[in-house]
Amino acid sequence: MRFEEIYRQEWGQVVATLIRLTGDWELAEECAQEAFAAALQRWPKDGVPDRPGAWLTTTARNRAIDWLRREAVGAAKLQQVAALGVEQSDPAYDVPDDRLRLMFTCCHPALAMEARVALTLRTLAGLSTAEIARAFLVPETTMSKRLTRAKQKIQHAGIPYRVPPAHLLPERTPAVLAVLYLLFNEGYSDVVRSQLATEAIRLARLLVQLMPAEPEAAGLLALMLLHDSRRETRLAPDGALVTLDDQDRTSWDRPQITEAVDVLDSALRHGEPGPYQVQAAIAACHATARAAADTDWPQIAALYAQLPQTPVVALNRAVAIGMADGPAVGLHLVDELAAGELTGYHLLPATRADFLRRLNRRTEAATAYREALALAATEAERLYLQKRLQEVSVRS
Amino acid sequence: MKYLLMIAGDESAAAHALDGCDGWTEEMEGRGVVAGGAGLRPPDEATTVRVRDGDLLLTDGPFAETKEQIGGFVLIDCADLDEAIEIASKHPAAGYGTIEIRPVFEPPV
Repeated sequence: MRFEEIYRQEWGQVVATLIRLTGDWELAEECAQEAFAAALQRWPKDGVPDRPGAWLTTTARNRAIDWLRREAVGAAKLQQVAALGVEQSDPAYDVPDDRLRLMFTCCHPALAMEARVALTLRTLAGLSTAEIARAFLVPETTMSKRLTRAKQKIQHAGIPYRVPPAHLLPERTPAVLAVLYLLFNEGYSDVVRSQLATEAIRLARLLVQLMPAEPEAAGLLALMLLHDSRRETRLAPDGALVTLDDQDRTSWDRPQITEAVDVLDSALRHGEPGPYQVQAAIAACHATARAAADTDWPQIAALYAQLPQTPVVALNRAVAIGMADGPAVGLHLVDELAAGELTGYHLLPATRADFLRRLNRRTEAATAYREALALAATEAERLYLQKRLQEVSVRS
Repeated sequence: MKYLLMIAGDESAAAHALDGCDGWTEEMEGRGVVAGGAGLRPPDEATTVRVRDGDLLLTDGPFAETKEQIGGFVLIDCADLDEAIEIASKHPAAGYGTIEIRPVFEPPV
């Protein structure tokens, strides 16, 4: 039914507008919910209105007015809420999109990261508390408390409901992007929670539309689209991880890759390449290589050099150089990293193992695969490493 | 909105006791956001009060033995948390200690 689609599209806008008008998050959500419930009753009979969003916002606003009348709040407040219609029809009225305000408020750095994520899902994406709780594997009551606490902090601590002023944008925008990327990764790493990845992409599209001058937003959208285009091929039927080398490239979502590359190209034209654009460029190198052997590894290594040099980035860069210049070079670079901060990170022994396997040093490779197996975090990774371990063990 | 800025530092903060506030007080009073405040004598001169079952219990020292101790406080009155963060971040103590921003309880309107 089209209703579900309209709900996903319009929920954030209705809630965002109602929060601006009433200043009351709980009331805003309740009125939005009632408006959607009313739509579910009316639309099958009367047909879907031309502008469903406007219909829903007006209905929700009227519910809010009723409620505020019953509560006998001040006349000024009521007038403010009732004035909504006028404001929307006046093209000169320069309101930044309410959803952008909502996004920045939900992602305010004074809130804990988990609260930011949950609040964004609830208020912008319209996921129910039960759905969010399920996605984060916590009881519904826990999630409900977390959401209530976050909304109370916004109200009581005076977290402003607005897009931050220009001088704060550079430090606040990364928080919004981080929440969306975290959301995406939660969904991407787990088949059961793939809905979160879809929501993250949808919200990133919205963000790009609302902040066209922010190339990192576009970079993040491109990055997520590129990862997502490979979603179907990254697990084998038995649930084991399939690495890029071995994925079935004909099953990658080509239209999505084309879209991502376009989004990235227009972002890069701003001439401000940040970490998301660089990571998207790396993902694009992989996505546009016709076969694994055609991958432009020197380019990928050069891109990794542009990222902040965390231990994980250094490891990835070592892999890229190793793929470009041969496994012996790669192994040497990885061994130089080994003493550092990556102790306990399963991809370190896994990478060593891979280079050793390519060098045909099977016994050492097997030892490294066993080391990686002991540290691997997910079942998919363990299954993959076991397969590799068997390969190097069989013939040795 | 009213906020209490609780300015805390570890033992090294003592070295800054006589620093003054580098014009912070003047600027914030000029903006009209300061509603009160003071620097505090060190925690070893503190006395903690509890009344339990009608008995007055006095303890020498602060209520909690933590590394960081409150060294001063300022009550501010400003638009929202973003402004409170801006005010707190300009305080010199933010550079060596920590500042907790606590909204002051306000009865529901």
